[in-house]
Amino acid sequence: MADAKVIPFDDDRSRSGGVPRAGRRRSAGRGTGSVSALPGQPAAALPPEGQEEAVAGPEGVGGGGWDRRIAGGLAFLRRRLTGEYDVDEFGYDEELTDQVLMSMLRPVYEKYFRVEVKGIENIPSDGGALIVSNHSGTLPLDGLMLQVAVHDNHPAGRHLRLLAADLVFMLPVVNELARKAGHTLACAEDAERLLRQGEVVGVMPEGFKGIGKPFGERYKLQRFGRGGFVSTALRAGVPIVPCSIVGAEEIYPMIGNAKTLARLLGFPYFPITPTFPWLGPLGALPLPTKWTIQFGEPIPTDGYPMEAAEDPMLMFNLTDQVREQIQHTLYKLLVQRRSVFF
Amino acid sequence: MLVTGAARQLGGRFVRRIQREPDVDRVIAVDAVAPGQRLGDAVFVRADIRQPAIARVLAEHMVDTVVHLDVSGKALGAQGRTAVKETNVIGTMQLLGACQKAPSVRRMVVKSSTGVYGSAPRDPAVFHETTPPKSLPGGGFAKDAAEVEGYVRGFARRRPDVAVCVLRFANILGPDPDSPLADYLALPVLPTVFGYDPRLQFVHEDDVLDVLGIASGEPRRGTLNSGTFNIAGDGVLLLSQCARRLGRPTMPLLLPAVTWVGQALRTVGMTDFSPEQIRLLTHGRVVSTVQMRETLGFRPRFSTAETFAEFARSRGPGLLPPAAVGRAVDRLAALPFAGGTGRAPGSSGDTHPTPSVR
Repeated sequence: MADAKVIPFDDDRSRSGGVPRAGRRRSAGRGTGSVSALPGQPAAALPPEGQEEAVAGPEGVGGGGWDRRIAGGLAFLRRRLTGEYDVDEFGYDEELTDQVLMSMLRPVYEKYFRVEVKGIENIPSDGGALIVSNHSGTLPLDGLMLQVAVHDNHPAGRHLRLLAADLVFMLPVVNELARKAGHTLACAEDAERLLRQGEVVGVMPEGFKGIGKPFGERYKLQRFGRGGFVSTALRAGVPIVPCSIVGAEEIYPMIGNAKTLARLLGFPYFPITPTFPWLGPLGALPLPTKWTIQFGEPIPTDGYPMEAAEDPMLMFNLTDQVREQIQHTLYKLLVQRRSVFF
Repeated sequence: MLVTGAARQLGGRFVRRIQREPDVDRVIAVDAVAPGQRLGDAVFVRADIRQPAIARVLAEHMVDTVVHLDVSGKALGAQGRTAVKETNVIGTMQLLGACQKAPSVRRMVVKSSTGVYGSAPRDPAVFHETTPPKSLPGGGFAKDAAEVEGYVRGFARRRPDVAVCVLRFANILGPDPDSPLADYLALPVLPTVFGYDPRLQFVHEDDVLDVLGIASGEPRRGTLNSGTFNIAGDGVLLLSQCARRLGRPTMPLLLPAVTWVGQALRTVGMTDFSPEQIRLLTHGRVVSTVQMRETLGFRPRFSTAETFAEFARSRGPGLLPPAAVGRAVDRLAALPFAGGTGRAPGSSGDTHPTPSVR
């Protein structure tokens, strides 16, 4: 997880001082005399520190790195506790997202779903872009993984701003975290505002129809709303990047839908999976499937005249084009996939 | 020029300030109660805008500009909520009726609030002047403001020769503010709604006076000062940030509990914790100020954060002053087990926080 960026630094250190350290470890019992004579490590290797490092073994390696991390962590803590940080008008807290939320999602992304990302270069390095993706998995984990995928893989370190359903902003805690992670309500005003600011915006036009579809219909794209995302992209003049996510469909195989309960709770569906709600909270654990996220060729939208955003035929054609491209990529990825879990 | 609501802090300051303008001959300050502050050379007329007598004042002084500031969320003195509502709504109706019959009136400025947008989870993140509210304010000051704006629109239709400017102010803060939100922020422990962190915008009282000055005079070149404008400082603060910068601990409560606490506080008379206030503190509200900048040609001197810093200074430290919290973190850094680094904060770079930080 978080160590990923620190390892090379430690590696360097241990490589440069690799042989001497081995010697030091051996000599720990004999005393510290040999430590001061280390070549290439002048003042840094003071005798007590050297000894400590030798005793601590691998944990002690790169003590400087830990110091820096702790100092950074404390500076972060100080800023957080005194409120000296900035959020944008959508409530996006970049620092919190980068340092805490992403670090929490990264193990799920790297170790649990082992997400493989293809075609990240299709997201432009600057300027706005609208990423249109399929939606699946009962819980919107695919959106979060998409966010990590863009954040961690894009060479320009772009941040994905997701558009979320209004339900997200009605639930306590969820809405707070969603706003801080940079998500906003899926409405034309917000999307256009973000795109005009040159942000990468992610949208899943299938909405609840996609995420709450039964397991039997997996990887069959649902209707893409009314194509509002196309007119928004046209008005903002940004390219549409189709994106296909494979693996999210199987995390919670939804075999039933308790509609009455859902209506009672005010949710669009209430999933019943082979494990949920039978096993209680344990049943809410997603299956560890192997994911692939493929970004397709961007579809440019800047060649159209101003009034094109009002033209329903053009909207339907473009919507279909995006939908077809995502569906085809899904089939292609499914054929290439060896197994659901590996 | 006639200014209503002159007995209030904001009205009084505006009266004192506007009479220094070269093209303002005379300022008539109107309120139902005597002002507690000096109004300079302005003529104070004690009149209740809820009474038709206001028409006589308008005719007598040949008023050409009316600045209607007596639209306010908080009672002055020992008035109740009903009296405030009456002043806001009935007062505006009377005043507009009087203005309609006064041929001398050429310009009208009305103070409104961004509360007219309401706040709901289904609203877009940023409100424009044209955004229709998803849920109309159900009561309280926001409803008053919405009704006042409705009457003003009607007036503008009937008197097209009058330039009407409606200014929707975000939460006004200043060294000595009187608004329900300021009262709320003055509580020693801030009750918050569990699981929500609303986005808030503030506007400084000095900026309010500046923009009122712009709106009540002749428009400058290339600008237009009639219409509806959102007025807010740049940037956004979260309620949690506000609480930390003020140094006041928060007490997250579940939504129904907040309503009870609000009612209890209102009964005791500590704050006007109305349902719309709770909605603001649940979902927050951010408005776009593009029109203010481009059409009205006004640039606020204070951003939201600066306005809030000024307010925090005037209020004094709370139970957990930010400086003390900062020192505590520094002491933690000096502890031996934490590594005892002497590095300056801010050197974090791309390092990630240690698990304990969460």
